[in-house]
Amino acid sequence: MTQSPLLLSVDNLATHFFSQEGILEAVDGVSFDIHAGEALGIAGESGCGKSVTAQSILRIVPKNGKIVMGEISLFQNGESVDLVQLDDRGQEIRQIRGGEIAMVFQEPMAAFSMVYTIGNQITEVIRLHQDCSQNEARDRAIEMLRRVGMPKPEQTIDAYPFALSGGMRQRAMIAMALSCHPALLIADEPTTAVDVTIQAQVLELMKDLQRDMGMALIVITHDLAVISELCDRVMIMYLGKDVESAPADVIFRDPKHPYTIGLLRSVPELGEGHSQELDPISGSVPSPYRRPSGCPFHPRCPEFIPDVCDVHLPPQIELAGGHRVRCHLYVQD
Amino acid sequence: MWSFILRRILLMVPTLFVVSVISFVIIEAPPGDFMDSYVNALLQEQEAVDPAEIESLRKRYGLDAPTYVRYFRWLGNIMQGNLGRSLEWNQPVSKLVADRLPWSLAISVASFFLAYAIAIPIGLYSATRQYSLGDYFFTLIGFIGLATPNFLLALLILWYYFVATGNVAVGLFSDEYLIAPWSFAKFIDLLKHLWLPALVVGTAGTAGLIRVMRANLLDELERPYVMVARSKGLSEGKLLVKYPFRIAMNPVASTIGWTLPTLVNGELLASLVLGLPTIAPLFVGALLSQDMFLAGSVVMILSTLTLVGTLLSDIVLAWLDPRIRGAI
Ligand SMILES: Nc1ncnc2c1ncn2[C@@H]1O[C@H](COP(=O)(O)OP(=O)(O)OP(=O)(O)O)[C@@H](O)[C@H]1O
Ligand code: SF4
Ligand SMILES: [Mg+2]
Repeated sequence: MTQSPLLLSVDNLATHFFSQEGILEAVDGVSFDIHAGEALGIAGESGCGKSVTAQSILRIVPKNGKIVMGEISLFQNGESVDLVQLDDRGQEIRQIRGGEIAMVFQEPMAAFSMVYTIGNQITEVIRLHQDCSQNEARDRAIEMLRRVGMPKPEQTIDAYPFALSGGMRQRAMIAMALSCHPALLIADEPTTAVDVTIQAQVLELMKDLQRDMGMALIVITHDLAVISELCDRVMIMYLGKDVESAPADVIFRDPKHPYTIGLLRSVPELGEGHSQELDPISGSVPSPYRRPSGCPFHPRCPEFIPDVCDVHLPPQIELAGGHRVRCHLYVQD
Repeated sequence: MWSFILRRILLMVPTLFVVSVISFVIIEAPPGDFMDSYVNALLQEQEAVDPAEIESLRKRYGLDAPTYVRYFRWLGNIMQGNLGRSLEWNQPVSKLVADRLPWSLAISVASFFLAYAIAIPIGLYSATRQYSLGDYFFTLIGFIGLATPNFLLALLILWYYFVATGNVAVGLFSDEYLIAPWSFAKFIDLLKHLWLPALVVGTAGTAGLIRVMRANLLDELERPYVMVARSKGLSEGKLLVKYPFRIAMNPVASTIGWTLPTLVNGELLASLVLGLPTIAPLFVGALLSQDMFLAGSVVMILSTLTLVGTLLSDIVLAWLDPRIRGAI
């Protein structure tokens, strides 16, 4: 793989939620890099912190949550900004949101406001980031809707979201995110809300658009088939930690972390048309408020090393070929 | 939108009919009619009562006809703008009402706008700065406002007014404008007096509105579409007004309908205590003396106003939320 310039570098990010029940370490030390035009997949069981990672990048974490540690460097025109240091209501981050980095949200049902037409909500973002008239913005919105395969875009643009089907709403959502040609698109479960035939279409669409527009992509998903289809790299998360990350072909061929191995074993045949939810490993995810000591996976790990795994947090280990894993099994001594 | 409004107005016709029947029934409900109270009054003053004369009076006012005949006669008259004659005041009801209704409306409308003008900004402030010192402050003030009975507030204001000006009744005009013809200065004078009863009538409602507004906004601010709007790079202020605020206004707007009758209620107390020439004291008097034409007309007019209020609130709702437009 030829290495294009670095676009986004997340280093040791931790985002916690504070409530009466205690502190919830939703994201707890996650690092990854994305290069221009590259597609990264983030996978892991429900609640492992995938969406919160995405929210942290855009600095739109709900107000009971806070980024407590780490850096998120965005590289533009040879300069880098640490997004964590920006004022989350300030002008700078607002230009990045929707402009440089756009996001497709997990629930297209709830992601649009029902009281404005989709045209209104799409032209709004265009006019925020591009210097153009209302009519030009409308033309661009129609063009983008056509591009994502929305039927009759000239008419649909004036439809209210509640009048659209789930698949159409998902397309409108993607069109809205793409309308300002972001350098990075974060797609949070872009296919879970739509049925299987539409899923394939949406994936195809994202792949095409990514290639045509040269945009980098973060795909968040439960579905390893989606990752094998779209992504160059994969990061597997467990309880807020990035337990393993590697190029996509490497992870499917040679997984290292016991959790990843379990995940992959649960997917019988990986390939087109087969998709499988992750729910393979014995035991259930512990309460996020009471994290296991040492390696967070140790209560469920078949390779568990007593007095090591339950005591010490495993370090991040670099293997050959850009393969990283957090597990005591690979500690060299 | 226009077809929504048309359908909504058509729906009012059967409701109006029901309202008229109910007004009529309520008025007919107490045993005896006006003649009975009249006879009682005469007897109390030890005057001779001529049964024949009473009967002819009954006939003259149509009190002897069967109920449904009386109802249709009453309704037919109302349709022609003839609200009948007040037996108590010996004046046409329409004149009595026309003299007083504008003041009632003025007070209600003024307190309505006052309530919204106070409640919406405070609700916005409290929701966006939940648990801040300001939020606690307004919450406290709100609860005090909710808990203070209108008449108590009216009495307090009356007392304060008396101490400050030496006048007993608040009234709606200063003395020099009382019988002066309408002018801009007179209007300003009216506004100067109006805010007091408007405040009395509106406090409880305002406090309630603040709570509703704050709770709705807090709910809406958690919705995914707010996060989406943020992710587009919208500034916090614009976002707030365009998205959650508009939705949060829904339940507030739907309260317009039932605000009107409660305002009338509040207006009653305030007017009685502050001595204002509105419709409320007239209505109480009519009920006490079983002056049926007057009381019936007032009930009918107030109910119609309430219906108009709900009509307005539905139109506002449909404007705020396009999903409602198709619902009727
Ligand atoms: N606003 C919030 N307040 C408190 N806790 C939150 C909030 N949002 C997320 N969390 C918690 O943070 C953890 C990570 O949540 P997140 O939404 O990132 O999971 P996820 O990996 O996206 O899961 P899913 O696959 O179900 O979308 C979860 O335990 C969740 O309950
Ligand atoms: S560190 Fe230990 S418990 Fe954790 S995954 Fe590796 S072997 Fe299993
Ligand atoms: Mg999620």
